[in-house]
Amino acid sequence: MSGMEVRIRNNVVVTGQPGAPIVMLAHGFGCDQSLWRLVAPALAEEFQVVLFDYVGSGRSDVSAWREERYASLDGYADDVLDICRELDLRDVVFVGHSVSSMVGVLAAAREPLRFGKLVLLVPSPCYIDEGDYRGGFSAADIDELLDSLESNYLGWSATMAPIIVNAPDRPELGQELTDSFCRTDPAVARVFARTTFLSDNREDLASVKMPTLILECRQDMIAPPEVGAYVHAAIPGSRIVTLDAVGHCPQLSAPEVTAAAIASFARD
Amino acid sequence: MKPRPAPEQPERPGQDGMADVSALLEDSAEELYENAPCGYLSTLMDGTVVKINRTLLNWVGYTRAEVIGRLRFPDLLTVGGKLYHETHVAPLLRMQGELNGIALEIRTVNGSRLPVLVTSVVKTAGDGRQLLVRTTVFDARDRRAYESELLRARHEAEEARRIAERDRERLKSVLGTLQRSLLPPSLPKVPGLEAVAAYHAASQDDLSGDFYDLFALGGERWCFFLGDVCGKGPEAAAVTSLTRATLRAAALHAPEPISMLGTLNTALQERYTGDSSRYCTVIVGILAAERDGFTVTLAGGGHPPALLLCADGRACYVPTTGGMPVGLLPSPSFVVAEARLERGDTLLLYTDGITEARTYSGDGRYGDEALLAFAGRLAPTSAAATIAAATRLIESFGAGVDDDTALLALGVPPT
Repeated sequence: MSGMEVRIRNNVVVTGQPGAPIVMLAHGFGCDQSLWRLVAPALAEEFQVVLFDYVGSGRSDVSAWREERYASLDGYADDVLDICRELDLRDVVFVGHSVSSMVGVLAAAREPLRFGKLVLLVPSPCYIDEGDYRGGFSAADIDELLDSLESNYLGWSATMAPIIVNAPDRPELGQELTDSFCRTDPAVARVFARTTFLSDNREDLASVKMPTLILECRQDMIAPPEVGAYVHAAIPGSRIVTLDAVGHCPQLSAPEVTAAAIASFARD
Repeated sequence: MKPRPAPEQPERPGQDGMADVSALLEDSAEELYENAPCGYLSTLMDGTVVKINRTLLNWVGYTRAEVIGRLRFPDLLTVGGKLYHETHVAPLLRMQGELNGIALEIRTVNGSRLPVLVTSVVKTAGDGRQLLVRTTVFDARDRRAYESELLRARHEAEEARRIAERDRERLKSVLGTLQRSLLPPSLPKVPGLEAVAAYHAASQDDLSGDFYDLFALGGERWCFFLGDVCGKGPEAAAVTSLTRATLRAAALHAPEPISMLGTLNTALQERYTGDSSRYCTVIVGILAAERDGFTVTLAGGGHPPALLLCADGRACYVPTTGGMPVGLLPSPSFVVAEARLERGDTLLLYTDGITEARTYSGDGRYGDEALLAFAGRLAPTSAAATIAAATRLIESFGAGVDDDTALLALGVPPT
């Protein structure tokens, strides 16, 4: 795969200060890089910011999506490493939202020299309860989520069908696409959802050797405080900061404090 | 006929009309909000419920005091709904300020589920700051049942397609195996001769009737043939199989091209009678090693003539034209020709997939003359180079190739 293909495949966007330390913002399940739109401009004033969409999400090249590859978090880590190789990135401050925090852990374990620091934004190494571990969900809950995805399948098909055919002679469709964030092919979303919520990366946390910041929210049903504390205890020397934010997307609900926390850690 | 819009206030109400009007007047905005046929809900940006109407309270089974300021909207949803809300609904509302017709399920206080359709709009301040979310919630039980039917039908259709694709793959693999069984897996080594064959399938989905073979007869003599059974598919494959076996047996019994074709004609006539008549076109040849080359005796049964690409750069057809297809008539006539293969000469046999390929020049088909010119440009050459060049030629036709093509080249290396 040539470099240009990786940039197009993953809709890679580089902004900010050339030559400045690199902050890579990785979106989680459910959306795409547009989720960073309230924090990226602030970070771009000081850093070189790399944004991208995982294959299958956002405006990536969906034709490059393969179920085998993206049915495990290693496939998403491959996307991250492909981009790092293509842009020849080193000492990256990798900011992974939600499931992407674990993608960052996996990618950093495989090519440690490419990463300088990890920011795990509302991470959870395992969403399903097991023994004494409280991830917050049961396998049946995850099936329910898959049903919810499925229920919104019909609406998706109707609105997305014209975009999928990708008619260049109908520019109004491009407008429609920019107006509809985070639309994902249901088949892709289903695999991403399963991979996200059924992965167990608790064993991988101990392998993290680089400076790591855990950012959690005051109240977050997907990554509750107990899970944040678990990650903090499992990664030697990690720091944890609780943001004054509610929900699972602090980069949208509290962009200033989120950006400030990332910047201050990246700067140190 | 279009329904006439009802006037909001009747101009001259009768006595019954007066009663209607007073009922209308009593229906205050507040009354409409509380008892509207849909749920109303206002939340802060973090999801905390600050206002909710009676309809929705009745659906979820909570009192107002239990909800206001205490629960977030996702708290009213099933766990799957909560996850969907946090990963999709909340971020999208932040980004685009509104969301339409999201399918979710409410979990009522007694544990039952209510499928709903949710539409939300963010109210913003003058400076664009997002203040709160206004949400309408519609009972979607009937609609969801209908959609479940659609989803089920869709899953069935997808499953049927998967099965069809799998069956098609399986069929393709069976066809491939069968097709390969109709051709020799490799050609035998003939001292002093380079023999190369190729087969180009126009379609992966059907069996072709093209065939070829090369085998030793003993005593410095070899037999080869190349032909084309009329038709395609399993029937043609059966004829191909019979044809190959018959020609091989005939060659070992009486290694003489004309009598081989006669034996094949008899076999096809016996096996396929009346309406089920089956025939093929074929060239049969015997190679006899003599001096530094080979003498070739060819017999043609309705097949396009072989091409001779000579060491001196010329190319010509070996005239076997005029022979009749084999199996068509009780007593056909076949045409014999003899040729010498000296050092540097190459003999090319082919089926009409190449000459019948559609092009944009001449009469729309590639044709014999173009093929002869092609051979002329190629000579002198080798068997391998001939097959390689012919393969490129066939590929250059692209979608213009309707039929399969078998190629067999026999060349005597220059030294």
